[in-house]
Amino acid sequence: MGRLTHLQALEAESIFVLREVAATCENPVLLYSIGKDSAVLLHLAMKAFAPGKPPFPLLHVDTGWKFREMIAFRDQTARRLGLDLIVHVNEEGVKAGVSPIASGSAVHTDVMKTQGLKQALDKYGFDAAFGGARRDEEKSRAKERVFSLRTPDHRWDPKAQRPEPWRAFNTRKRKGESFRVFPLSNWTEADVWDYIAMEHIPVVPLYFAKRRPVVERNGALIMRDDERLPLLPGETPQMRMVRFRTLGCYPLTGAVESEAATLPEIISEMRASRSSERQGRVIDHDGSSSMELKKQEGYF
Amino acid sequence: MGAQLKLVETNAPEPILMDDFASVASGVAAERSLLRFLTCGSVDDGKSTLLGRLLYETGAVFDDQLQALERDSARFGTTGDDMDYALLVDGLAAEREQGITIDVAYRYFSTAKRAFIAADTPGHEQYTRNMATGASTADVAIILVDARKGLLAQTRRHSYIVSMLGVRRVIVAVNKIDLVGYDENVFRRIEQEYRKLAGALEFLECHVVPVSARHGDNVVTSSDKTPWYGRAPLLALLENIETVLQSDEVFRFPVQWVNRPHLDFRGFSGTIASGSIAVGDRITTLPRGRSSRVARILGPSGDLDVATSGQSITLTLADEIDISRGDVLVAASASAAPQRHIVARLLAMNEAQLAPGRNYLVKIGTNLASARLVTLHHQVDVHDYSEQPASVLPMNGIGLATLRFETDVVAPPYRACQTLGALLLIDPHSNETIGLGVVEDSDVDADAVTPSWSVWLASGLAGIGALPAEDGASELAWLAVSAIVTAFIALALSGSVVIAVMVGIADFFFRPALRVAFRSAWAAASKRRALVREAELTTDGGGI
Repeated sequence: MGRLTHLQALEAESIFVLREVAATCENPVLLYSIGKDSAVLLHLAMKAFAPGKPPFPLLHVDTGWKFREMIAFRDQTARRLGLDLIVHVNEEGVKAGVSPIASGSAVHTDVMKTQGLKQALDKYGFDAAFGGARRDEEKSRAKERVFSLRTPDHRWDPKAQRPEPWRAFNTRKRKGESFRVFPLSNWTEADVWDYIAMEHIPVVPLYFAKRRPVVERNGALIMRDDERLPLLPGETPQMRMVRFRTLGCYPLTGAVESEAATLPEIISEMRASRSSERQGRVIDHDGSSSMELKKQEGYF
Repeated sequence: MGAQLKLVETNAPEPILMDDFASVASGVAAERSLLRFLTCGSVDDGKSTLLGRLLYETGAVFDDQLQALERDSARFGTTGDDMDYALLVDGLAAEREQGITIDVAYRYFSTAKRAFIAADTPGHEQYTRNMATGASTADVAIILVDARKGLLAQTRRHSYIVSMLGVRRVIVAVNKIDLVGYDENVFRRIEQEYRKLAGALEFLECHVVPVSARHGDNVVTSSDKTPWYGRAPLLALLENIETVLQSDEVFRFPVQWVNRPHLDFRGFSGTIASGSIAVGDRITTLPRGRSSRVARILGPSGDLDVATSGQSITLTLADEIDISRGDVLVAASASAAPQRHIVARLLAMNEAQLAPGRNYLVKIGTNLASARLVTLHHQVDVHDYSEQPASVLPMNGIGLATLRFETDVVAPPYRACQTLGALLLIDPHSNETIGLGVVEDSDVDADAVTPSWSVWLASGLAGIGALPAEDGASELAWLAVSAIVTAFIALALSGSVVIAVMVGIADFFFRPALRVAFRSAWAAASKRRALVREAELTTDGGGI
């Protein structure tokens, strides 16, 4: 692929992966998490099957705690592209009163995200789920396959992964087994932003700096997106110029102070940055191998 | 495998400043080329440390990751008070605890000139398959050699696999040069030995660099401790090395997906494996051999006039012809022909060894076909690259074999087309990937391809289900022995040689037929039982 630029090469590879799943799996789904990686993944899916539409629906596993702007953007995107969107909420978790505030980040993530995802995949019988995860995000993700085989109860065994040479993917699986497929495996955060700029892909406005109401807790800037976030004694939300590098549940996602309000500003800020994008994610900091454990249990 | 070895001298580059990486504008980034490389070599040669060092020095490691590294270095580190850069890449808990690399890890960094995808591969022999995986997509291999130990068995094995998988450019990093006191003689001796070894392989370029991954000598900047070296450090070599994929210019397009969104559009999607195509070009479909003209080429951003190797596109044709996934479109002028027999160099990747007489699913491009390994010609001894006779190929073993397919397949030599000349061997029962292969030039002599009559008969019987496919030959021997025994009993009872021979022949042929009849009756009965069970289980309606 000597003649293609590096973004063209990544684009071609991702489109190949998307088509390979459509051609070999019976009931695929695209796990749409509304963030920038999902935006790129969806954009590539639209390209891969043009002039038709992607032959699979979008699935959003909602925890009930996403930023309001994310939900609005999600519904607007599905409408704009004319795609089927399935929204799944773990109702058992809601009934049990699980929330990031009452239950803490670990329990909330496990019940509302991991268990919720498994419920949705089982309910609709999806045998392949696309995710926007990239290998540069985290160390255990660096070892994940593009086609990651999961047992019927969705577990990942890092020691029994199939070798994956070239792009000759082994898409064979037994009944009940499923794949998590990561078409953006070889993209970096910088590639994602460069591609968003090059292709004019719409993203959630939360990525751009704006004055937003935040409180500072344990060194993280948490945006008070609604009244459900209780204020600690003496705490008042302050309007500060902030933006988000990754998006998740709002009480668990730290903002960064920034003046970057346009794509070129975001890109130059990112290149100068000395901290990784997942730094703002509270859930990753439970220990060096916490992501690996979550993944083994079925987290994306 | 004779090949010429070209020595390449590279001028010492300008020193690289960290600011250069940060100031790259987005527009420039889009024009950068992509280089994929792997690091390989024996255990403890410092592969992960070298890659960690490259990531750190090119600014690909962030402050919070660095803090985590400091914590981890104190806890798991093997470098005393220094930072253990290997912990940046060894991501799995088991790897960190054991201080070794088990699985291949992909890492990403970039400079102003290039974006890099690095595969950090394990050094242990038992994880050779993961090393081969890393090599399969690489443009360049960095082969590490411990300056204190010189060339080892793994250096030879990895060099062979790298060459077999089509990597034509290697950089030998003679690591831990600090531990031999930056001694030029040690370096020159290893360099000389390696160039001798490389003479038996198919490399086009071979650079040898003295480095210390731990201290950073000649990794990103030239070291003042090796004035006798006088050539480019590792990163400059990676930035400047050529990345021409080896393939001929023949247009080959494995059809991946038939795109039929409505009645007015019928397109064939896929990624061009080799060559290029323009609107109006004549193509032939393989294996069916129909021809047509290209009407439209849809690229990722709209219609194109021309598309080339590596691009993911959708083609429409001027004529309605039957084409499905797994077919290959080729330039009408190409002399490509579908084949039933392929000679391939295989690497066994699983405890289930590769053996003659066994059936496999073989993935070639977008095609999944059934094949039987009919002949194992030899196994390669990785110590001296000699060819040894072998009855099976054990895990991590490399050998040359003939595969016979049940249907016609398109599999040009790997040398001509890396995408379609690459094979994945899949166990049809467990679905595991148990081997990989590269198609050799297809001028095989007839003797090697034609198996003996007993193998033919066994595979014929296996085809109709009379013999277990796994072990046709021994089953056949068993059938013959039991037929002879039956014949002797008939002789003893009747006293007639004619009757005995007839009984023996009848036994030989009817016994498998009887087995087929019995098995299908049994299978039908158990299927009925299973259906009843399933009906009992799914009373709650299930999902959608």
